[in-house]
Amino acid sequence: MATGDVALGQQASSASAHDASKRVINDFSIQVATVNGSGSQSANSVLLKSIFGMGIPVSGKNLFPSNIAGLPTWYTIRASKNGYVARKKEIDILIAMNAETAKEDILSLPAGAVAIYEEAQNLKQYRDDVACYPVPFDKLTAAVCPEARLRKLVKNMIYVGVAAQLLSFDMTAVEAALRRQFAKKQKAADLNWAAVQAGYNYAAESLTKHDPYVLERMHATEGKIIIDGNAAAALGAMFAGVTVVTWYPITPSSSVVEQLIDYLKKYRVEPDGKATFAVVQAEDELAAVGMVLGAGWSGARSMTATSGPGISLMAEFAGLGYFAELPGVIFDIQRVGPSTGLPTRTAQADLLSIAYLSHGDTKHVMLLPGSVKECYEFAIAAFDLSERLQTPVFVVSDLDLGMNNWMSEPFDYPEKPLDRGKVLTADDLKRLGEFGRYKDVDGDAIPYRTLPGTDHPKAAYFTRGSGHNEKALYTERPDDYQNLMERLNRKFETARTLVPHPIVVQTGKSKVGIIAFGTSDFAVLESRDQLKKEYGVETDYLRIRAFPFTKEVHEFVASHDHVYIVEQNRDAQMLSLLKLDLPAEDAVKLRSIRHFNGLPIDARSVTDEFVLQEGII
Amino acid sequence: MATTTATPTPAPKVNRLGLPILDYRGGKTTLCAGCGHNAISERIIDALYEMGVQPERVMKLSGIGCSSKSPAYFLSRAHSFNSVHGRMPSVATGALLGNKTMTALGVSGDGDTASIGMGQFVHLLRRNLPLIYIIEDNGVYGLTKGQFSATADIGSTLKTGVINDLPAIDTCTLAVQLGATFVGRSFSGDKKQLLAMLKAALAHKGTVMLDVISPCVTFNDHEGSTKSYKYMQEHEEAISEVGFVPHFEDIAIDYDEGSTYDVTMHDGSHMRLRKLHEDYNPTSRVTAVKALMEAHEKGEVLTGVFYIDTQKPSFTEMLNMVDEPLATLTQERTRPSKQVLDEIMAKLR
Repeated sequence: MATGDVALGQQASSASAHDASKRVINDFSIQVATVNGSGSQSANSVLLKSIFGMGIPVSGKNLFPSNIAGLPTWYTIRASKNGYVARKKEIDILIAMNAETAKEDILSLPAGAVAIYEEAQNLKQYRDDVACYPVPFDKLTAAVCPEARLRKLVKNMIYVGVAAQLLSFDMTAVEAALRRQFAKKQKAADLNWAAVQAGYNYAAESLTKHDPYVLERMHATEGKIIIDGNAAAALGAMFAGVTVVTWYPITPSSSVVEQLIDYLKKYRVEPDGKATFAVVQAEDELAAVGMVLGAGWSGARSMTATSGPGISLMAEFAGLGYFAELPGVIFDIQRVGPSTGLPTRTAQADLLSIAYLSHGDTKHVMLLPGSVKECYEFAIAAFDLSERLQTPVFVVSDLDLGMNNWMSEPFDYPEKPLDRGKVLTADDLKRLGEFGRYKDVDGDAIPYRTLPGTDHPKAAYFTRGSGHNEKALYTERPDDYQNLMERLNRKFETARTLVPHPIVVQTGKSKVGIIAFGTSDFAVLESRDQLKKEYGVETDYLRIRAFPFTKEVHEFVASHDHVYIVEQNRDAQMLSLLKLDLPAEDAVKLRSIRHFNGLPIDARSVTDEFVLQEGII
Repeated sequence: MATTTATPTPAPKVNRLGLPILDYRGGKTTLCAGCGHNAISERIIDALYEMGVQPERVMKLSGIGCSSKSPAYFLSRAHSFNSVHGRMPSVATGALLGNKTMTALGVSGDGDTASIGMGQFVHLLRRNLPLIYIIEDNGVYGLTKGQFSATADIGSTLKTGVINDLPAIDTCTLAVQLGATFVGRSFSGDKKQLLAMLKAALAHKGTVMLDVISPCVTFNDHEGSTKSYKYMQEHEEAISEVGFVPHFEDIAIDYDEGSTYDVTMHDGSHMRLRKLHEDYNPTSRVTAVKALMEAHEKGEVLTGVFYIDTQKPSFTEMLNMVDEPLATLTQERTRPSKQVLDEIMAKLR
């Protein structure tokens, strides 16, 4: 499969073709084509972490099938001296370990690329414009691994060694990464290190380098961490003091809760062995979100994590949460829809369904993390906002961010104490005499609530998804209903002032703006540099970080002639949300750049589309 | 304290907490006059009052339907949550995880449980959540004007003459099989039995599943209905006589050990189940299911306590949570220290 986006047989432009005489340092992508279930994950992780250990900015993406074992998988590693971490459209170095896809894999390479493959495959016959390095993998594996059943796994470390030699990896960094990978298994570490060395020695003795790609030590990763977005979100939830966690397993969100369980078991069990949390694997997503809202109602910090199909199932409860004003945090790790879609591919296509999830006039607060650090920070913010606003808050991440490893600055310990929102205690009630559950006392449209168990005869109220007045009594009166709906609308305006503000880059030199969010950010950052370097075009940039949109979003659109909305869906969902929110004279300024083939968006796609729509060429 | 009174009025009767029954009442019912659900609400009030349950320590939960409206008609001093159709078990689960120290009372209907809510109902039973789950069972959808529900017996008819051609789901059989630890059936018109069962339910820790036949006077109280007052009067067959001695009443009542099961409840109360059927054994799932199926074959509506297990840990016990409610734990206990974050960050470098 042509995962590099280059159609079969079609050669890439000469821009990406290099000859061996010009060295390309710390700026290329490696793609490892394997079969899922073959144990290549450790080898790929060692490659990634070796580059990281050499101080070179690096990112890794796993492109895997919705399958347990036996289907093709590609892992892409990008080293980028400029710090670009978006997917690179072209593959520079192919490690073809899957016989089934090997021919297709090599055909999809641009001219000047590199291919490392099993000797017997003889891939050279298909391309004379690719630097080919045949390796007798099976023979080398057998020599270092007498135990036949381990060979499938150990074979992967041979390609680590070959690549390390050809690309001038620092072998101390490789050994460090490998020893760390097998930290608890000395024997496995030794065996795998022997395989790396066998690959390295073979390349040194039998292969002659005839490509330009090399690595050189840098100092750009010092102090940084590597983590996936789902682990980051889990950490955020733990440091937000989550107490009730419910879930129904679904790719790509399962690892949010699985990693959270690990963290909670380690850090949230008291000396007497009792837990300050409860985790429930629910029977389905309806139950998962029902438990979240029940727990939120009782006063707990509650959350669930899901993906698109789960969001669809949660629709009814989402409306209840909005209308009855119940806190709860829902992580949506977006994957490709509609329906089952492509469960292991990425998209940003749940925006519209979440924004207005459920029937009637409903709208929800969404936080849109654009980095692993923000997965952590927005998880914490989501719990505070949800209890402050008394409404479900959605943290909308995606598979690319959630399941891939990213470099990041280390996370900061939260400075602000937990914001538990407007909760009246028995003492408050003694002082006040009584309270109206849905009364806007403070003018911010956020009412006060009490928790079940509050020891005061006036503490109780009746929560319902049916019509209710300020005292939470049943009503069908037209004015009661309208007042309630208008207050909820005002509460959404309050939300607008509390959610994370966008990140704005104003050059002061451009009347053209770009708006993006989430993982589209990585491609846009690189594309803006391409536009400047290759076309001399300056652009301003705003990265949206939440819905409802804050005033800076309005100001940004108002102050530009036109604005490109870059997003990873077919229907320009963010653009649609903006159109609904912007004044008519600004709504017409919006243009759309979309990427929706299931692969993470890349800079070249943005640049090409921008140039086309701007009429630059 | 008032020290002078002109004409002493008799002090209202109070329970062991010093609360009059008035403090256990709710809003005025909006259900039909004669609806079985209203009688059940009255028995719930009686049970809570007689057991001396602090009203603020109760959470009332319900789904959607006539039955699910009824928490508004008892115990106004308790928090209540009228959720969405068929999904009360999940809301109750969440609420109890947030605060396991509360007494949770769920009211559902036959449609809310056996049709739209079946998925959540069976998993509730499986988990043995400490929830008293009452099905106010009338065999029809009242709010949508009288369609059959999934507990309507095969061959029973609607007012319009339409015959039900599908078998009924027996919620009690399901509950016994799937893990509920207190399973019984009663009839809204059987004051004594229902009250005793509700009081025992309050003394139990685990899922209590009570299917209470509760005739719908508007849509299902006619000839041809098997959920009518008349049908119940003619076909109710008690498997046991249910007696209850609360832990705070120091009364020794003699009972015949050969014919009566004495069950010590979680709070120290005693439930006495006097055999009315030869093979009755409330500690055996097998005999419970057998009795239910045999009664069904004979066209009887079997009532009483079918199964009780006071040993199986409840869901909240299994989760090994701290003693205090999770909902109100302080930040010191729920947000790990900066050292913890530093330690985690160091491992990711």
